[in-house]
Amino acid sequence: MKSISKKKNKSISYSKWGYIFLIPFFTIYILFSFIPLVSTFYYSFFENYMTGLTQIGPNFVGLENYKTILFESDLPKFALNTFIIWILGFIPQIIISLTIAIWFTSARLKLKFTGFFKTVIYMPNLIMAAAFSMLFWALFSDIGPVNNLLVALGYEPFSFMQSISGNRGLIALMNFLMWFGNTTILLMAAVMGIDNSILEAAQIDGANAWKTFWYVTIPSIKPILVYVFLTSLIGGIQMFDVPQILTNGAGGPNRTSMTMIMYLNRHLFSKNYGLAGALSVILLIVTAILSFIVYRNLTEREEK
Amino acid sequence: MNKFKRIIALMLVMIMGVTFVACGNDTKDVATPPVSDQKDAGDISQSEPEDKAGKVLNIWGWNNEFQGLYETYFEDAGLLPNDIEVKFTIVPNDDNAYQNALDEALLNQETASDDDKIDLFLIEADYALKYVESDYTLDIMKDVGLTDADIAGQYKYTQEIVTDSKGAIKGTSWQATPGLFAYRRSIAKDVLGTDDPVKVQEALSTWDKFYDVAKMSSTKGYKMLSGYDDSYRTFSNNVSSPWVDSNSTIVLDDNTVKWIEQSKEFTDKGYNNKSSLWDDQWAADQGPGGKVFGFFYSTWGINFTLLGNALETPLPDGITATSDPDVFKEATEGNGIFGDYGVVEGPQNYYWGGSWLCGATGSDNLELVQEIMRTMTCDADTLITITKDTQDFTNNIEAMDSLAADDNFASAFLGGQNHIKLFAESAKGIDMSNISPYDQGLNEEIQTAFRDYFNGTVDYDTALNNFYTAALEKYPNLKVSN
Repeated sequence: MKSISKKKNKSISYSKWGYIFLIPFFTIYILFSFIPLVSTFYYSFFENYMTGLTQIGPNFVGLENYKTILFESDLPKFALNTFIIWILGFIPQIIISLTIAIWFTSARLKLKFTGFFKTVIYMPNLIMAAAFSMLFWALFSDIGPVNNLLVALGYEPFSFMQSISGNRGLIALMNFLMWFGNTTILLMAAVMGIDNSILEAAQIDGANAWKTFWYVTIPSIKPILVYVFLTSLIGGIQMFDVPQILTNGAGGPNRTSMTMIMYLNRHLFSKNYGLAGALSVILLIVTAILSFIVYRNLTEREEK
Repeated sequence: MNKFKRIIALMLVMIMGVTFVACGNDTKDVATPPVSDQKDAGDISQSEPEDKAGKVLNIWGWNNEFQGLYETYFEDAGLLPNDIEVKFTIVPNDDNAYQNALDEALLNQETASDDDKIDLFLIEADYALKYVESDYTLDIMKDVGLTDADIAGQYKYTQEIVTDSKGAIKGTSWQATPGLFAYRRSIAKDVLGTDDPVKVQEALSTWDKFYDVAKMSSTKGYKMLSGYDDSYRTFSNNVSSPWVDSNSTIVLDDNTVKWIEQSKEFTDKGYNNKSSLWDDQWAADQGPGGKVFGFFYSTWGINFTLLGNALETPLPDGITATSDPDVFKEATEGNGIFGDYGVVEGPQNYYWGGSWLCGATGSDNLELVQEIMRTMTCDADTLITITKDTQDFTNNIEAMDSLAADDNFASAFLGGQNHIKLFAESAKGIDMSNISPYDQGLNEEIQTAFRDYFNGTVDYDTALNNFYTAALEKYPNLKVSN
């Protein structure tokens, strides 16, 4: 008995419980993420869709789906749409977020109520994108409040939904409103992380506010800037709910506001898992490359 | 011993994990019936084997139109057996959600528990063939048990739509949906000098005359139509061939091209208000502030949609012509432009919409399904009552003809006109030979694609290409001729 209890004391290890508690996560991850991921790859090699209530396939077609998506579809156009809408939202987002972040953290300005404003600018992010989009759709419709206001002020009514710039502009505006608060908070954390002595040293050396910002602040927060840039880009590639609701799935005039994921969604009408799978895989590869760049960027910083 | 305990513990955790995950899938089967079926909640675990008929009759639809009719004319009439509960599942049509949900449920019909099996579901004309040509719908004669005598009084076209390629009738409807042109009496007076339906019809009897009236309306500051798609059905119902030919190739019919040409001309000359079907502008144009001469509308559209849009103050929630006739009358008369609409046949015969009842394969309540179908879609007395109560046009030739000849029957909404007379005339001219299972998707896509052309954003060829691209995305099995 003695020897047993001794042995027991020696062998007590709580690390097993760590694994046990991880089981639910892994089970759910495997069932709901990993298996769908692998099956997406698998299905992308098959012709597999529904016509009416009849299932066509799955017939193995090799890389045919990839060929269709890459060379015969309008994917380049949709990629360009996605990029234009993203950049339209991202440029004002980064400029305004950076400005607010600098102002809010500035020791010289000593702004009051920053906590309140931080909450307010983060608010739009709490609204569901679809609801936000519905709201804008109602506001900017041909007989919506915005057009009523334009007419009341003596301007011609403007059909936002039938104009290319109107559609893209509204989507970019919504993306900007939803995400600039989030970016501001990230950038504020980065700016606050800069060692005060560096800023003081710059001031002693006679650098003005602009030079301090450009030569001290920006280089110091560069890794976070890159992180913000790439996560926003990855989010941009996945842009879906806002334009989908705003354009009712049609992608605006001449499909100029159709994003890549909206195009993916079009294939789900006929449950076309082959083409949709191929498109998903292509998007996954693009996103993976971008994520890898973020990862490299962040780990390199630690090595220094 | 200890090792054993740990293994047991590990296994228990794993089992918990697995059941936790598995529950996620099973809750539907386990938990739903007691909620939906409180009366029989206790019986579910020990179902009585000798009782063959199911306890729950599942009806699927996309709005509560049929539910309202069913409750008034079947359930309240005491025709529902006491021990059966009817459960309606309503999934809205938006974004194809209804069909997606219905397809999912039908494909799982075999494995679903008896009380979850769909017994009866509703379909629309535009995609009727998708279900009619499948094995998921029952032959209403052979399988459900209706007789030739039962359906003899129905309009033939309502049967043709739901007849499959082998000649079996797979659905039945309580309504026929011939279309008319609903015009604003006050605007007709201003433009044509009369609001008499006979004279207005004379002025609109061909497309050339229709065009002339559009021109006259325009000079007086009115629009002839509200949007691009208003006249779509009048053209698409009179095509010379189906959307898709026997080689699965999309065929753009000359009549559809005529619609494109007309809409483009109307848009360029300002004869329409650049709206799209169902959008806010379109609905507003039908109301008191509207300046639009008229709308192409079929039966349901006039007495449900147009009536609703014509009111200044909307109807109280849940009030329909059947739910509370007195409140309905009170709320409508003198409200907005109630009474300012009239109807004429217009330049061409057409129909729009309509709902059919289909029996689902695997139903465990066939007798009740038969009873509902017979009462709601074949029984002349019920149908004539529905028409008298709701002004809707129902699917019984004799009953409708008798109302058409009845001088006392009139619609207050249409300024005292007997609209059934026109519907009854128009219903006889409907030709359903050119429908295809792809109508819904292709009709939607051509309207969407050509909106850009009408707006002037793209040229004709680009719009046509956009249409083909969108069509092939929806229906990958189709081809485009070059």
